[in-house]
Amino acid sequence: MHVGLYLKMVRDSETRLQEAFKTVADHHQAEPDMEEICTLLSSWSAAKAASTMRFMHKYGQERDREPERLYSDLFQGPRRGGLALLRDLHDLWLMATEAQIAWTLLGQAAQALRDKDFIQTCQQNNAQTHRQISWLETRSKQAAPQTLIAA
Amino acid sequence: MPEAPWKGTRMGQSRDSIADVWGPRAPYDKDWPVRVDEHTSEQPDRWVQSACVLCSNGCALDIGVKDGTIVGVRGRADDRVNHGRLGPKGLHGWQANHHRERLTTPLVRRGDVFREASWDEAMDLIVRRSQDIRDRHTSSAIGFYTSGQLFLEEYYTLAVIGKAGLGTPHMDGNTRLCTATAAAALKESFGTDGQPGSYTDLDTTDAVFDIGHNMAEQQTVLWMRVLDRRRGPRPPKLVIIDPRPIPSALEADVHLAPKPGTNVPVLNGLLHLIIEHGWIDRGFIDAHTIGFDRLEQTVSKWTPEAVERVADVPIPQLRAAADILGTANTLVSTVLQGVYQSMQATAAACQVNNLHLIRGLIGREGCGIYQMNGQPTAQNTRETGADGDLPGFRNWSNPQHIEELARLWNVSPDIIPHWAPPTHAMQIFRYCEQGSIKMLWVSATNPAVSLPDLPRIRKILDDEHVFLVVQDAFMTETASRADVVLPTALWGEKTGCFTNVDRTVHLSHKAVDPPGQAKSDLDIWLDYAKRMDFRDKDGASLIKWTTSEAAFEAWKACSKGRPCDYSGLSYAKLTGGSGIQWPCNDRFPDGATHLYTDGRFNTDADYNESNGHDLDTGAQITPKEYRAMNPAGRAIIKAADYIPPYERPDKEYPLWLTTGRIVYHFHTRTKTGRAPALKAQARDSFVEMSQEDAAAYGIQEGQMVEVRSRRGYARAPARITGIKRGVLFMPFHYGYWDDNRRPRAANEVTLPEWDPVSKQPHFKFSAVRIRAV
Repeated sequence: MHVGLYLKMVRDSETRLQEAFKTVADHHQAEPDMEEICTLLSSWSAAKAASTMRFMHKYGQERDREPERLYSDLFQGPRRGGLALLRDLHDLWLMATEAQIAWTLLGQAAQALRDKDFIQTCQQNNAQTHRQISWLETRSKQAAPQTLIAA
Repeated sequence: MPEAPWKGTRMGQSRDSIADVWGPRAPYDKDWPVRVDEHTSEQPDRWVQSACVLCSNGCALDIGVKDGTIVGVRGRADDRVNHGRLGPKGLHGWQANHHRERLTTPLVRRGDVFREASWDEAMDLIVRRSQDIRDRHTSSAIGFYTSGQLFLEEYYTLAVIGKAGLGTPHMDGNTRLCTATAAAALKESFGTDGQPGSYTDLDTTDAVFDIGHNMAEQQTVLWMRVLDRRRGPRPPKLVIIDPRPIPSALEADVHLAPKPGTNVPVLNGLLHLIIEHGWIDRGFIDAHTIGFDRLEQTVSKWTPEAVERVADVPIPQLRAAADILGTANTLVSTVLQGVYQSMQATAAACQVNNLHLIRGLIGREGCGIYQMNGQPTAQNTRETGADGDLPGFRNWSNPQHIEELARLWNVSPDIIPHWAPPTHAMQIFRYCEQGSIKMLWVSATNPAVSLPDLPRIRKILDDEHVFLVVQDAFMTETASRADVVLPTALWGEKTGCFTNVDRTVHLSHKAVDPPGQAKSDLDIWLDYAKRMDFRDKDGASLIKWTTSEAAFEAWKACSKGRPCDYSGLSYAKLTGGSGIQWPCNDRFPDGATHLYTDGRFNTDADYNESNGHDLDTGAQITPKEYRAMNPAGRAIIKAADYIPPYERPDKEYPLWLTTGRIVYHFHTRTKTGRAPALKAQARDSFVEMSQEDAAAYGIQEGQMVEVRSRRGYARAPARITGIKRGVLFMPFHYGYWDDNRRPRAANEVTLPEWDPVSKQPHFKFSAVRIRAV
């Protein structure tokens, strides 16, 4: 049984995503929308991370022996300005996508466990992660041409 | 149509609209009596057909002309919109046309001063800079910020120049500040823009629901219609939601005064009560909508107790409002800036649409939703794509729609920017700030007073790296910062069409010549297109028209087959008689009073204007996701839960500030501030506050007060009223062109953040502190 390992992984992913959204909100206050939306999306990740607790009590938690792979390569120092905004949105997308596949895989396990509460939690969190990714795609696709051509 | 016993044909004033804004009552049911309002300074030689441009109501009027000068106006008795009536701004605003401060010659900046220039010199400079910037940085370094004040023909010409000439995605209107949420909410719910109902719905409706729309002061003539019904034999019930004791709130059967930023909880609470009582039309919901279950689930937690806790609306009042809205057999709802410029703007506006959808109150007489416009021609900015839309309510993410435009203009589809939605105003200014937009062309709007966070906007406009072109009739606070100023003709000095909130198209004929060398905005842009030598793919001129009538004909072709179909209209048909509603085509040769009469909406994936958004984040729904939803002609019920405002009062800034309009002025008073009677009646700004707050801060009526936020401060005399405790109000009209002795613009203080879907800034709340000075 390695459900505990994936729970720990996804909780760590969401906690990092929560922090990353907050960092980006702080760095890009000069944009008309970034602070508000990133603060909101950060709160969603906080809620998703918190939702793992009751399942950790039930299924345990297991520390992953592999070193943390993704986050250390992202967000190297504070970045500001147009290109930095695009890079930050890009990095957030990578992190959110990583969280999404983890929720998808946990959702598979939840079905095999016939745990209705767990199934529903994975579905809801997957949907929230999808909304985060959709926003990141909308915002970065809008920013890319100006950043890469005119800036 | 019955006639009033007197008609305003004599010289002078038919009524004193300054002292008595709405005039005498004409009680009625069904047929609104005529009353011709008139104000002239001399007996006119002739009358020229037009309509009023000092709010979005679209009142038809005739311009009185004597010896080549405008000498007055009178309402047109046979028009469907106003039945002869005019409000104080309409009756007096024309006086600005011959004000001595009109700009009469192009101006070019040299250092700190302007010098007069010829049109050739000014336009050559603009063209040289355009070409240079385009060559070095692409067209993405050029932006346009236009208005809700020009004519349809002008917007359409500008849209074609921007989208098929230069190919820049950066074009928006000040409609972003006023009506972007109206368009956004209509698209989210019904698939495209377009008001479902008509003003005539007020003639028969059982109830009027007004949220965040100070109708009595903004659409004075529409309010006369409501008042006349209210005094008639079968008065409609009236529910008002507004934090201030505005005139309509005093008239209302139920007045709810929620805390700023809580429209969604209040509306969810009303929807919850209506669903709970079973006051819904199950048959309509099942046949003509999708998304009801989600709405029912979302609003279920918004019990009256929960609403009271969050919004400070007493439980009995919420129930009383729900009783009216839930049981009326016909209902007119009207929505404006109290929703559009507040938290969760699009989400809240959609809940008003939902109210009509779940009760089946749409597409028939007496059932109107006015997702209001603030400006007279804002509807045309949206229709023609001179804002963040594409012409003819086309969908930028639908390749077929881009192909249609390319065929129409005979250009390659590649030139039309459609990789993302057109850039929104606040983003355009952000790109200017960052230096990636190097030329900004502002027409008929005054961002140096009207945009939020003015200290920042001034810095952007003053930045020497942005080549700023301003075309206006007066030296506004924005024009005074320009590199080139182009003097324009005003209303009455040029011919063109515009369309009001209820889709009524009016033709405004030229009555007099513009002063000096001033030109119409249309002629300026036609000249620019010629000098830039924009071509179609066969080498012919891209812009194939040289007159406003020919531009209108081109627009008709563009609109044909789309919801805003003008193909059955012509200048001849619009001359004489009443304005005519779109769609006007073979099927509706006299226009249509209601859209969606058969319960079929514009949500088909091949026809819609937008696939919609996540109301909380603004994330776009992809074409694939939209097709999976398969609305296929059904309206989309979109639910939203409450998100608290991001800036809330705290220890340091303990009060809310909200901003808005007053009856005697329009926008930054470029015209109304130059009409003597209007100016005299409302000379200066003020800070409205409750008696409790005034007492707490030791402030007396009339005392100068400083309002300070994290962004800046403004000062104005105190006005003590019955406004909600903890909430201050300032009008946004006052800037600096006639008085720069103190910071007095409300937007010194306001927030630059926006609604995630409509990108409309949040003027309706910011956290502030006050002190007497």
